[in-house]
Formats: sequence, C-alpha cells, structure tokens
Amino acid sequence: MATVIKIMDKEDISRVITRMAHEIVEKNKKAEDIVIVGIRTRGVQLAERLLGKLSAITKREIPFGILDITFYRDDLDRIDEQPVVHSTEINDDLTDKVVILVDDVLYSGRTVRAALNALMDFGRPKKIELAVLIDRGHRELPIKADYVGKNVPTAKDEKITLYLKETDKMDDNVILERVNE
Amino acid sequence: MNKFVWKKKDLLGLEELSADEILHILDTSKSFYEISTRAIKKVPVLRGKTVVNLFFEPSTRTKTSFELAEKRMSADIVNVSASGSSLTKGETLIDTVKNLAAYKIDILVMRHSVPGSAHMLSKILEASVVNAGDGAHEHPTQGLLDIFTIRQKKGRIENLKVAIVGDILHSRVARSNIWGLTKLGAEVILVGPTTLVPKHFEAMGVKISHNFDDVIGDVDVINMLRIQKERQKKNLFPSLREYSDLFGLDERRIKKIKKDAIVMHPGPINRGVEMSASVADGPFSVILDQVTNGLAVRMAVFFLVTGGRKGKGVM
Repeated sequence: MATVIKIMDKEDISRVITRMAHEIVEKNKKAEDIVIVGIRTRGVQLAERLLGKLSAITKREIPFGILDITFYRDDLDRIDEQPVVHSTEINDDLTDKVVILVDDVLYSGRTVRAALNALMDFGRPKKIELAVLIDRGHRELPIKADYVGKNVPTAKDEKITLYLKETDKMDDNVILERVNE
Repeated sequence: MNKFVWKKKDLLGLEELSADEILHILDTSKSFYEISTRAIKKVPVLRGKTVVNLFFEPSTRTKTSFELAEKRMSADIVNVSASGSSLTKGETLIDTVKNLAAYKIDILVMRHSVPGSAHMLSKILEASVVNAGDGAHEHPTQGLLDIFTIRQKKGRIENLKVAIVGDILHSRVARSNIWGLTKLGAEVILVGPTTLVPKHFEAMGVKISHNFDDVIGDVDVINMLRIQKERQKKNLFPSLREYSDLFGLDERRIKKIKKDAIVMHPGPINRGVEMSASVADGPFSVILDQVTNGLAVRMAVFFLVTGGRKGKGVM
C-alpha cells in the first residue's frame, strides 16, 4: 500500500509563486534583461504563472520561452524507448540576457544540467538562475536552485508529483507518495 | 502528441509501417524542424554514434540531406560510394557490409539498385538500417517528407485527393507515397501513359487515369515525378515533347488546378519536360519546402531507430 500525503494545495502554490516573483525582482533590480524559460512539461505552466506575476509587478512585457531537453539527456543510450520529443520554442537570442529557468521538482539535477547545455546553444546568457517549486534533495550533480518554493526532505523511493489545472484537469496540488513495505 | 511508442530498429519502407508509426515519425519530425532554424544548428542526440552512408547509385540531394541530418545530430559519419570501393573489385554486398559492421557502426544508410537489399541487410546487422532507396521498390524518407509537407500545407492527409503523375512504373518515390498516403486515408490517383502506369497498380488501392486534364481540377495535391530521358529509348513514350504535351504541368494546365492545391516534385526537375520553369517557381510550388522538411524527417528517423532498447530511463 502507498501512503499519499498532500504537501501543497492551490493556495500554497499560488502564494509561493508570488513570493518567488518578488524575490526575482528584488535580486534583478531592473528586470529588463530577464527571459523566463520553462522546462517541459510542468515547468512550462509554472513559468507561465511566474511570468504573469512578474509582468504585474514590473508592468513590463517579459520574453518567454519553452525548452524541451530530450536532445540533451544523458540517458538516451540507457532507456528502452525513445521519449516523445516536443518542440523547443525560444525565439530570442539569449546573449546578455538573464535567463530564469523554471522547473517543477529539483531532484538529481540531471534535467537542469541538460537544460543548461541546451540554453548555451541559444547564445551566451549574462546569467542563468534556477527557480523550482519543490526541492526534494538527492542531487547527483553540483546544482543548486536560486529560488525554491518549498524544500521537501524525501527518501529516494518516495515520489513527488505536481498536478496543475491546465494539464491535469484537477485543482493544483503537490502529492507525495510513500510506498510502505 | 500521441502516446505511441516506436519499437523498430530500421526504416526499410512504408509498406511495413502502420498508420500510427507513420504519424509518430511525422509528429517527431515537427520537433526536429526547429533545430535548423537556430543560430547553432546542432544537438548532441547522436554524439558518439557512427553512421555509414553507403551509396551504390549516384545521389546528390538525398545524400546531402542525410549527411546534414547526421551532422546536425552530432554523429560521426563515413561516406562510401560504389565507385572507388572494393565493390568494383568484385566483393559481394554482404561482405562489404559485414566489414563495415566489424567497426561497430550504429546506423547504415544505404541506396542500392536491388529491391529488398536494405531488408536483407537489416536481418544480419545489429546496426540500424535506413533505406535511402532500393531499386524501384521504396524510398521511405522521400515518401515521409512528401507526406509531412502535405500535412504541413493542408493540415491533414485524410480524404485529400493526391495525384502522382509520371513514370510510376520505375518510381520508388511513387510506391512509398502510395503506401503511406493510402494508410493515412488519402485518395491516390496515378496519372501517366499506359506504358508507365500499368493497371496492376490498382491492387495497391489507388485509382488510375491516363488523362491528366480529367483529373487536374479535382485534386488537392499534384506530385510530379521526374521523367528519365533514358526511358524514351525503350519506347515507353514516343517523344519528350509529346509526353510533356500530355502529362507536363505548364502555364496552360496550371490554370485548371484548385486555388488551394499544392504542386510537388522530388527533384531533380527536368524543366520544360514534366514541369515548366514558371510552375516550378510559381505560387503553387512547395518544392523547396520539401527539401527543408526532408532534413527534419531524416533527423526524426535517426532519433527513433537508434532508441536505446537497453533498460529504463534514469531521468
């Protein structure tokens, strides 16, 4: 049997995104070189929400991109079937921009490593910062997030899933599943 | 995007693919299209993989397209052409390929004049085999890029009327198109003289017409095939001029086509024979889109056939 724990609900997620938006503006005073890039798939919806908050705070139109990291994965040789590739939509040259990379859950760090490599093929950003909704630990690479919604200490066999109303047809929430021996 | 999972090691022809498999290649191709629009046109998908391009027949555009696809995916590539290889010394195809395979290659791209040669090699090789044309049998990547282009321009394949005009009998492009288009629900009409469009093609589920003017105003897509001038010597048609008059797409005939129809050609074009210059460069022509799309389709094919098959993902 699995134990299911709700770690964040709709209001929690909304509050946390608002807070992260303020942190981003605080750290990047002018916010004018900022580009928000969401990692497919859940990172995209989070990035869109973050973008909404940031536009409201700064009263400025902020460029937005979508990144599919499939081409840059380090495990393509080790998997059974090729994953489905979606398109990357980055229309701006990222040279001299501050890229805020957005993902849902930070875990091994390998997705972020792949995303960093992918971003470098779109120019030479002035800076790349990482924003994640959940940091669950267990890093396998030296990677750290600049903006964290919530730190959730986990065991490796636990599973964290983010559900969003845009993609999952249910209220936003974050679920932790624990398999009981 | 569909949840379909690709399982095949090779791409040999469209005959053995299901509609789902074809659609999966087309969907995957869309994602690869974007790479060629970037400033840095390279992704590391085939990094550390070796591709051998083995061409026993002359080819410029197909070979260039395959090579660019390989390079943009970061593969290491070796080109072998028949002239100057040990085949001219009498080595058999199987020996040549077994020797190449002994280098532990990952993908073999082959064009050969014998139908079924790619199929035969796929059974003895651990590497993936991509058929770049086997005799008059199939040219699957050309078929796929044609279908990709139709889908890109018309938004669908189902219930479209597609005319393929010219030397169907000797055309591997026509056969791959017929297999793919009929599987996806298009209505295919083959057009040409009786000598080049024999009746037995009806068994593939297509219609046949020997009068281009009867068909032209009714179709959504016109795919004009190249007429090989050598065929005339075999008396398959009386003269190039007569062929052009009856089955060529010129200024006069283009006036009859639907306003939203598209005109395709796999290249290289004999301007003035199957198509006039003004039509090839005109508003209905999607010929250069076919070339651009070919790159995306070939990249997608490489990506799919090299799928891991080694265990679970770790990301």
